[in-house]
Amino acid sequence: MSALTQPDPPHGDALWHAAPESAGTAGLDTAGLDPAGSDTAGSDTAGTGRLGLLDGPPGLAGHLAAHGALPVLDGEAILQAVGSAGLTGRGGAAFPTERKLRAVADAGRARRGGRTGVPVVVANACEGEPASGKDHALLLRAPHLVLDGIALAVRAVGAANAYLCVHETDRAVLQNVDRALAERRAAGIDEVTVTVAGVPDRYVASEETSLVNLLDGGSALPRFTPPRPFERGVGGRPTLVNNAETLAHVALIARHGAAWFRSAGTADAPGSALVTVSGAVRAPAVHEIPLGITVGELLARCGGPTEPLQAVLVGGYFGAWLPYSRALETRITPRALAAAGAAMGAGIFVALPREACGLAETARVARYLAEQSAGQCGPCVNGLPALAAALEALALRGDRRAPDYIKNLIPFVSERGACRHPDGATRLIASALTVFAQDVRGHLAQGPCRAARRTPLLPIPASTAATAGVR
Amino acid sequence: MAQKAKKRLRVNPIACEAHGVCLELLPELLGADPWGYPVVSEHPVPDRLLGHARRAVESCPTLALLLVEETGAEPVSTRRRS
Repeated sequence: MSALTQPDPPHGDALWHAAPESAGTAGLDTAGLDPAGSDTAGSDTAGTGRLGLLDGPPGLAGHLAAHGALPVLDGEAILQAVGSAGLTGRGGAAFPTERKLRAVADAGRARRGGRTGVPVVVANACEGEPASGKDHALLLRAPHLVLDGIALAVRAVGAANAYLCVHETDRAVLQNVDRALAERRAAGIDEVTVTVAGVPDRYVASEETSLVNLLDGGSALPRFTPPRPFERGVGGRPTLVNNAETLAHVALIARHGAAWFRSAGTADAPGSALVTVSGAVRAPAVHEIPLGITVGELLARCGGPTEPLQAVLVGGYFGAWLPYSRALETRITPRALAAAGAAMGAGIFVALPREACGLAETARVARYLAEQSAGQCGPCVNGLPALAAALEALALRGDRRAPDYIKNLIPFVSERGACRHPDGATRLIASALTVFAQDVRGHLAQGPCRAARRTPLLPIPASTAATAGVR
Repeated sequence: MAQKAKKRLRVNPIACEAHGVCLELLPELLGADPWGYPVVSEHPVPDRLLGHARRAVESCPTLALLLVEETGAEPVSTRRRS
């Protein structure tokens, strides 16, 4: 494993920072990301030849001027480039992208000539994680990189059509994507039709089998697997479901090659990744970082903490808490984060101040996740509300039975659903009991802390906030 | 001589409605969670219980209990959402 000897990316810091440093209080979002993206638009500001994912610009002419035309590669050349680059999925599973592409291509080839043999490509930009803003930012800044990636994936797997899935309520992204697709149609760029699909704002709606169900005309609810989408997905056809950012990386790899991609990141986690940083940092924003920097370095890039921190939520509501001291030293690679007990997830980092109550924060998220269950599997339907209630009882009333009850119940909930929703929720809850163990003892001995009543930090989507709060 | 493929029990948690028939028929390999849904053993079904396992599978009112071939790592592990 190659240790990064210097924290900075090889090509100069400025390139990696999509969000203006002045974004300041803008909330995690995305917000400050103006679709016009004039701050970095199309210019290779550091003169290094490496443009980042968020450097845009959103328009086709500017995109082509900045990145050059998409090279004409055959499917095998694309697969080999992605494989040598060592690209892994940026949606959360960090699965090797080449293997996923090949599985779909092979399934299509095996059924060639059959009615359900022609593969489908689905780009997933739904971003069900409330604390994530990266795919939103990417589609505002550089929609053509994602669409280029879709075109390459189509070629690599031999697909006949493709979908781009975005949240149905994200009007800015929908408009931007429609505009980009119109530009491409006028220029005759794409070989197949790309259909934009609006997906409901629900946590489990962006799970890949949910998307298959939705695109088949059903509800956006997870399916029992197997068959997995690569075997039988949309319309029974082999279906590639890739995160939007993953596809944007494919677009850059096709242009610049595997060695270029590997010039950032580490040997076991090559390349860069988009991350969303929020919570108690001076400049919460979406950043592109080389994999392998530490969480501490990432927080520094966001202006550093605004107040003393106690923990960092890593990987979003599907991830885990890391104690601040541990997080500081932990490198941002899927392997290092997993070893620390967290997960890369979709690259989400939330800084929790010392003055906040990690138990109350987690209880609130647990309640939200319970309400976001698809309602299909008994252990999830029954288990998540029970866990949320117990965590609330602990955080707000210092209930003595709660910690053991939670620990005993988690094995009956984790890995017992059709999708990974209960697994992620229980991982987060379990990590709260471990990382905030001292607070657990404090709540049991002296009753809930004052911070338990503090204004919550972790974002809960507005539509459910009214019922999801623990007051 | 080809080795006989090992079988393992799986529950389709979407289909399962906790009728509990399988729990009655196959207590050796199934336990109940706090809500009455079956918890299956990850281990292969021993030969002596294969007949009982098949009967439990056939008796499930929602066809939620499955007897599947024991396989190695799945070719594509992509169950994570988004």
